[in-house]
Amino acid sequence: MQYNDKLNLKKLDQDLITVNKKKKKVQKIGMENWMKGIFFMCAVFSISSIVFMIYFIFSSGIPFITEYGVARFLTGTTWAPSNTPGSYGILPMMIGSILVTGGATLIGMPIGILTAVFMAAYCPPELYKILKAAVNLMAAIPSILYGFFALQFIVPFMREVAGGTGMNMMTAMILLGLMILPTIISLSEAALRAVPRSYYEGSLALGTTHEKTVLSVMVPAAKSGIISSVILGIGRAIGETMAVVLIAGNQPIIPDSLFSGVRTLTTNIVLEMAYAQGEHKEALIATAAVLFLFILMINSLFLYVKKKRG
Amino acid sequence: MNKIEINQLNLWYGQFQALHDIVLDIPENEVTAFIGPSGCGKSTLIKSLNRMNDLVDHCQVKGEVLFNGTDIYRMSDPVSALRKKIGMVFQQPNPFPKSIYDNVAYGPRTHGIKDRKTLDTIVEKSLRGAAVWEEVKDILNKSALSVSGGQQQRICIARALAVQPEVLLMDEPTSALDPISTAKIEELIINLKKNYTIVMVTHNMQQASRISDQTAFFYNGRIIETDRTERLFTRPAKQQTADYVSGRFG
Amino acid sequence: MGSKWIKIAVYLSAGITFAALLFMVMFIFIKGIPYLSLDLFSWEYTTENQSLLPSLLTTLIVVGLTLLIAAPIGIFTSFYLVEYASKTSKFVSAIRMAVDTLAAVPSIVYGLFGMIFYVTFLGFQYSVAAGVLTSVIMILPIIIRSTEEALFSVSDTLREASYGLGAGKLRTIFRVVLPAAMPSILSGLILASGRVIGETAALMYTLGTSTHLPSGLFSSGRTLALHMYVLASEGLYVDKAYATGAVLIILVIVINSVATLLSQTTIKETVK
Ligand SMILES: Nc1ncnc2c1ncn2[C@@H]1O[C@H](COP(=O)(O)OP(=O)(O)OP(=O)(O)O)[C@@H](O)[C@H]1O
Ligand SMILES: [Mg+2]
Repeated sequence: MQYNDKLNLKKLDQDLITVNKKKKKVQKIGMENWMKGIFFMCAVFSISSIVFMIYFIFSSGIPFITEYGVARFLTGTTWAPSNTPGSYGILPMMIGSILVTGGATLIGMPIGILTAVFMAAYCPPELYKILKAAVNLMAAIPSILYGFFALQFIVPFMREVAGGTGMNMMTAMILLGLMILPTIISLSEAALRAVPRSYYEGSLALGTTHEKTVLSVMVPAAKSGIISSVILGIGRAIGETMAVVLIAGNQPIIPDSLFSGVRTLTTNIVLEMAYAQGEHKEALIATAAVLFLFILMINSLFLYVKKKRG
Repeated sequence: MNKIEINQLNLWYGQFQALHDIVLDIPENEVTAFIGPSGCGKSTLIKSLNRMNDLVDHCQVKGEVLFNGTDIYRMSDPVSALRKKIGMVFQQPNPFPKSIYDNVAYGPRTHGIKDRKTLDTIVEKSLRGAAVWEEVKDILNKSALSVSGGQQQRICIARALAVQPEVLLMDEPTSALDPISTAKIEELIINLKKNYTIVMVTHNMQQASRISDQTAFFYNGRIIETDRTERLFTRPAKQQTADYVSGRFG
Repeated sequence: MGSKWIKIAVYLSAGITFAALLFMVMFIFIKGIPYLSLDLFSWEYTTENQSLLPSLLTTLIVVGLTLLIAAPIGIFTSFYLVEYASKTSKFVSAIRMAVDTLAAVPSIVYGLFGMIFYVTFLGFQYSVAAGVLTSVIMILPIIIRSTEEALFSVSDTLREASYGLGAGKLRTIFRVVLPAAMPSILSGLILASGRVIGETAALMYTLGTSTHLPSGLFSSGRTLALHMYVLASEGLYVDKAYATGAVLIILVIVINSVATLLSQTTIKETVK
């Protein structure tokens, strides 16, 4: 090993550094602080725009609700903005959102979870790559495409089966059930894969079949992850707008059967926001505020499940 | 001559006091080893010698650490100047996901050297100094992550040497390596002490006795005993040291 | 339940899922691709020829501008939250929760906000500016979240090594952390642009649905997804809607593959 050059090199190094030393150091410290300032400003901007949006929705929504009457707004069954004076009861839309989301969950949850089980415990490796990409694609396809597909395929089908226009609650449930599949599948699959392999092997060693092991050992062990995936799916369903507006009929009435038209909170906003003025506009913002609260509740539930897990 | 002198050093992580009244002299051009059971504060002390503890939230230091006679916690120079003079090698080899060349050149570039020729010289000298030049001289442009763990660790040592430090801090530098790589690094450390002052943490008694000149035994955040290595291992003054040293030897 | 039935249920569900996807994609391809004529890519949209080229270009403009604004702001915000702010701070975890929530808020809420604030209150009218600014707020939480994850995944030992050599924070971030986190950050950005490409609810009443290529920042236009929505809801040019759908799916497939490739990029061999 050679160390004789060390001193020389050190001198060279020193020279180079002392040349720029004074100037550089001041610049460097200045730069550090400048950039920190810029990062900080960006953080402030992002956060304040987020806060501003929340503030905006609630500050225009809540005064309307209190003025109109909380009970009248939330439990009123008539939505007729063009009446004088206008009626703004959003109960039909809340019920619509809840029913449609509930139905979608009933359809999407079992299929989604079982598909996740297939991906995690049955799928041959050669097929897995393709199916994984397919699930990702399913998640990335824009909702308008789902909506258009439903309009062109499910609606005519419904018309055959149930008569009427085919634009009804059942159509919306099937469509949303399909749309929440990728969310449920990918997160449930991740949860199932996180279950230690030793659980699986331990159960097999006791003579249990693959099927029984998966269902009675792995699925329970991945329970909270699977529940989280369903909660996120519910969030996606309740927030969906443009796909639903194309196929749900959109009548602002409490649906009396699976085959009657339905209007949700989201579609209520998008149907009328283009021309709403004054009080009517405020009623739509108030609808958004209610929707926001729904999302907050769903998210808190999600965080609660996540916290319990970790 | 003492390169570093530690006087009445106390250190807290939040409410928890991790170091109590540490007093220790670290002589120049020697290897000083820290031994002791897990969690007794060895890494904490070694990190307070180049102020890496500054990066830990709620970490508080009282007392002094004199480096070349100046208290590093009260000096006027920026902390980067201190870390340039006191280099560090970590337990896990941690090369940047860059080429071998760029890894070694990272430090000099940080300190303002841009000239390609100068950098070439520094990179070669440092890699030679870390006894890994012959193995990597033809693959300098390959990712540092593509070589073996032992080579990665020597590249990390070269990276530390490239900024021309006076002291090298090594926190269990061989604990993640196989015996052959370990032997190479031990030999390297013995060679390096001619030019550098070395402080290393090790869990391996034999390693401490093979390569260090002075050993400090830690327990519960205190230094129980410091002595010349052969003395501390053969005739320790304290019972606790004797128990620890013999227990591990068995 | 017998093992046999469990197995049947599992296979049946997977069958339904993938058959539905395949059917939907084929349905749109088969009905759409035959109508993908050159006419559809002419410069002008007319009542005789509902060209999709203006909306394709508008999509690129809107996505490009949105990323131009949202990417630096979002990435720098994550730098601040991950690299500078105290790790244990209650404030930072509150922000993180707000960002998480915002990522789950339906786009229609952003759309309503954008319409009332930008279009009406600031007087932007239906315009590229209003559409882009609405999209920016909508994807900021997504970018912040994915960048944060990418930064967290860079091992602290790399940061320590850099500081240990006397490098400052800035150099450590730009020369060590950012290069290591880049593939995941990029794939996050691409997924965020996927959201804008597929967006309709947030853009319909901010960007508007004008059939022309926007002539400036304050002129309206329509993205491909909006174009498709309008065609679908009018019900007049269903063939064109299918064709547009096919183009949209192809676009999504391309974007998705790029994102997947990027996220699989691990630095293995030569880096330089
Ligand atoms: N960043 C930190 N925050 C809070 N406490 C810490 C931190 N780092 C270390 N400690 C605590 O300080 C004590 C000393 O830790 P240190 O890492 O110095 O031990 P060590 O002797 O190096 O142990 P090992 O041999 O396992 O590496 C331990 O009790 C540890 O839990
Ligand atoms: Mg340690």
